[in-house]
Amino acid sequence: MLNVSNVLNSGLIAELEVGQHFYWHLGNFKIHGQVFMASWIVIAALLIASILATRNVQRVPSGMQNFMEYALEFLRDLTRTQIGEKEYRAWVPFVGTLFLFIFVSNWGGALIPWKLVELPSGELAAPTNDINTTVALALLTSVAYFYAGLSRKGLGYFADYAQPTPIMVPFKIIEDFTKPLSLSFRLFGNILADELVVAVLVFLVPLIVPIPLMILGLFTSAIQALIFATLAASYIGEAMEDHHGGEHE
Amino acid sequence: MDPLVSAASVLAAALAVGLGAIGPGIGQGNAAGQAVEGIARQPEAEGKIRGTLLLSLAFMEALTIYGLVVALVLLFANPFS
Repeated sequence: MLNVSNVLNSGLIAELEVGQHFYWHLGNFKIHGQVFMASWIVIAALLIASILATRNVQRVPSGMQNFMEYALEFLRDLTRTQIGEKEYRAWVPFVGTLFLFIFVSNWGGALIPWKLVELPSGELAAPTNDINTTVALALLTSVAYFYAGLSRKGLGYFADYAQPTPIMVPFKIIEDFTKPLSLSFRLFGNILADELVVAVLVFLVPLIVPIPLMILGLFTSAIQALIFATLAASYIGEAMEDHHGGEHE
Repeated sequence: MDPLVSAASVLAAALAVGLGAIGPGIGQGNAAGQAVEGIARQPEAEGKIRGTLLLSLAFMEALTIYGLVVALVLLFANPFS
């Protein structure tokens, strides 16, 4: 296993470490320190951006405030199209946080020169290229849509599992497991695949040639953030949807 | 690692990505073709079609990515080694 993970490390610039982590020991747990550091940087960037944007709020926005208002409008529209006019407001913060965190993680992983920071083992990269991050985000989504459904309909939410016909019950139950699974694997796989492809190309041809693929990577990572947020919003919307006759949304 | 296991893992990883790329490839081709047709018929709807197309392409791409995740697990975190 060790030999395989070091196959790509023969070049000086083209380093890639899969399955190697910078472990911190916390009680009985071994945690992946590099992921934590990268996520803290992402969180700090987001916090600083929002503080700068809201520190001196103007009626006519300019600069940072303008940009953040644009982002907020985009996220609000995204949530509204998935959840519906009536209920979407309460869910904008959740969906927006998911989108911003994933987006800034993905782009940060691609744009910030993490290689300048030397770690004893493992390397800094996008927090989303660790399966634990994406599973955590996906499970949060699961919790959110269960909460949405249960708080809206009470235990009647589970009655909806048998909605068109009772035959659907096992499929709906399986779906509850496959939703977080596919959400987390999709994001993790895409980000890791981008980094692998770029690393392999840099290993083969260190100059210029990888640039188009890096740009493609930026594009796909933005799309992945959009997809994650859209799907989370649509699961929440689906959980709150009324199946009992009254189609007056 | 047992050489037989590593040989089988490498082969399986190749097959996981290779076979996993076939289906989404066909699907993406279909989707893109239909989108082009739609744009040709109704050029003013281009923006909307492009957005929907990109989203659905990413969904199809995810299927190959699942294969890739399996391949990566076999190569870098092999449970049988």
